[in-house]
Amino acid sequence: MTQFASKISKVDALKFYEDMLLIRRFEERSAQLYGMGLIGGFCHLYIGQEAVVVGIQSVLKPEDAVITAYRDHGHMLACGMNPKGVMAELTGRIGGFSKGKGGSMHMFSREKNFYGGHGIVGAQVPLGAGLAFALKYKESDGISVTYMGDGAAHQGQVYESFNMASLWKLPALFIIENNQYAMGTSVARSSSVPDLYVRGQGFGIPSKQVDGMDILKVRDAAAEAVAHIRSGKGPYLLEIKTYRYRGHSMSDPGNYRTKDEVESFKNTRDPIQNFLDVMKKEFNVSDAEVEAIENRVKDVMKEVVDFSKESPEPDVSELYTDILIGE
Amino acid sequence: MTTMITVREALRDAMAEEMRKDPNVFVMGEEVAEYQGAYKVTQGLLQEFGASRVVDTPITEMGFAGLGVGAGFMGLRPIVEFMTFNFSMQAIDQIINSAAKTLYMSGGQMGCPIVFRGPNGAASRVGAQHSQCYASWYAHCPGLKVMAPYDAEDAKGLLKAAIRDPNPVVFLENELMYGRSFPAPEGDDFVLPIGKAKIMREGSDVTVVSFSKPLDYALQAADIMQEQHGKSVEVINLRTLRPLDTETIVESLKKTNRLVTVEEGWPYAGIGSEIVAQIMEHAFDYLDAPVMRVTGEDVPMPYAANLEKLALPSTEKVVNAIQKVCYV
Repeated sequence: MTQFASKISKVDALKFYEDMLLIRRFEERSAQLYGMGLIGGFCHLYIGQEAVVVGIQSVLKPEDAVITAYRDHGHMLACGMNPKGVMAELTGRIGGFSKGKGGSMHMFSREKNFYGGHGIVGAQVPLGAGLAFALKYKESDGISVTYMGDGAAHQGQVYESFNMASLWKLPALFIIENNQYAMGTSVARSSSVPDLYVRGQGFGIPSKQVDGMDILKVRDAAAEAVAHIRSGKGPYLLEIKTYRYRGHSMSDPGNYRTKDEVESFKNTRDPIQNFLDVMKKEFNVSDAEVEAIENRVKDVMKEVVDFSKESPEPDVSELYTDILIGE
Repeated sequence: MTTMITVREALRDAMAEEMRKDPNVFVMGEEVAEYQGAYKVTQGLLQEFGASRVVDTPITEMGFAGLGVGAGFMGLRPIVEFMTFNFSMQAIDQIINSAAKTLYMSGGQMGCPIVFRGPNGAASRVGAQHSQCYASWYAHCPGLKVMAPYDAEDAKGLLKAAIRDPNPVVFLENELMYGRSFPAPEGDDFVLPIGKAKIMREGSDVTVVSFSKPLDYALQAADIMQEQHGKSVEVINLRTLRPLDTETIVESLKKTNRLVTVEEGWPYAGIGSEIVAQIMEHAFDYLDAPVMRVTGEDVPMPYAANLEKLALPSTEKVVNAIQKVCYV
């Protein structure tokens, strides 16, 4: 274990495991509810990528701001947003974080400093730079964390943001979650260079590549990046190599990759299973402790699903509210 | 008390006064600080407020528009200057998808108190890519407020209102008006209401509705119609394009029963088209003649001086339209 990971306690480890497991079970139930017709439209699942967001969030403080794109359910759970409110938003109910008016891709929580949930690939990156600008302007100790995928890494506005963030030394952590496929197009078929982290270097941003299937490696890299940013030295970029098990969205049959490739990640690289092995070895976690976590997550998910079905649809009067403040 | 000031000074004073009042207000854009503004609208702001509140950006419209929106989500009140609104097309996704829609998509949680401002429409001999009116583009979108000042009073009172408003505002200025002097109220408490038009000149025979620089043609045409045809023309300055002050237009039409709209933008799906639709719905029975629209011609702006002149609205075109609706 590295210097940072060695500082985690058994309590931390159990919490990371539970956080990752909750995301996975949440996404599995999302897929079920989608199949039952209770969730509509686009729905992008995070299964396989859980170690990324749980690892990053584990080194953040409450005053730090988080923003991401549309594969966002895991980020919201990791930010501490109530999973009931997230699932009820997926089912388009008044109990959802956006009163049912945002959907899977558009959810926010001022309380948890989560700034969305954005549906346009790459557009969250200038917004994230703006959160960092505001934190610096207000002389806050907080930083902004902006997640994007490997697909977004080809959008011009990402580099406009890198340039300004570096020029103005904004407290911004940029994270490319490289799950290797932008919808159906692999990185090899869309990027002129094999590694995406080098894209930060041209802007003078310290940049690293990290194994995103190992939460402790993610956490170590995040801790180093965050320490750099909090010391006032400006932004940092992490390219975190990960893998999504499911399609780009629910309607994606996934014909662009082989079953063997997917199975090999599931069977040998799974971030939750592998961390379970680490926990058992390093912290002597017992089967009973693991079972207790699994049961707790199961209970939470039952409540979550029930709430998302029972919460009513928004009243028709909601059609014309929240368009402008004060009207 | 009023004093003569230029539109440029009025805009600058509006920003400076609001920046003195609220430390969360800041200005960003290309050449706004050290260069003192590409059109000198931000002159002196850097000296008074410093580089943290008057921020020169790289040429990166989509980036700094989005950065401004993000800062707005966190409670700052950015004034984002586009050197001209033509360049805002680079940033239009951030203005509409991020600034205008987020309040709704967040169930009312995440407002964005931001102003996007800069010169809009044609300047002089700058060709098609630098001569376009964005009024109907932005006015089309729920979640935005859209304003277009004509004179110094408008510039100051409307910009202050825009900066104080908790919603995203698109503020369309006009380069050719920057150097014009008008009487404007003194003091830093002068604020105009958003969504209220101003009757610039009362009349009883025909109503002409316009905004921004083309209001010049409407006012001149009103003089000509009075002098040459004895027609009394009521001229309305819209000031705000969204929300539109339909009530003032309808009340005027009830009196005059004839209406002409004047704008620089293209005719297709323009502000004039919207006004016509509103009149159909709210005042059809009061019309004594079909409404006429005077607009920019339906072509990309030509460079040649003679063609450019033909492509823009003019006093003559407004006079002709008024004569048509008055059957003279």
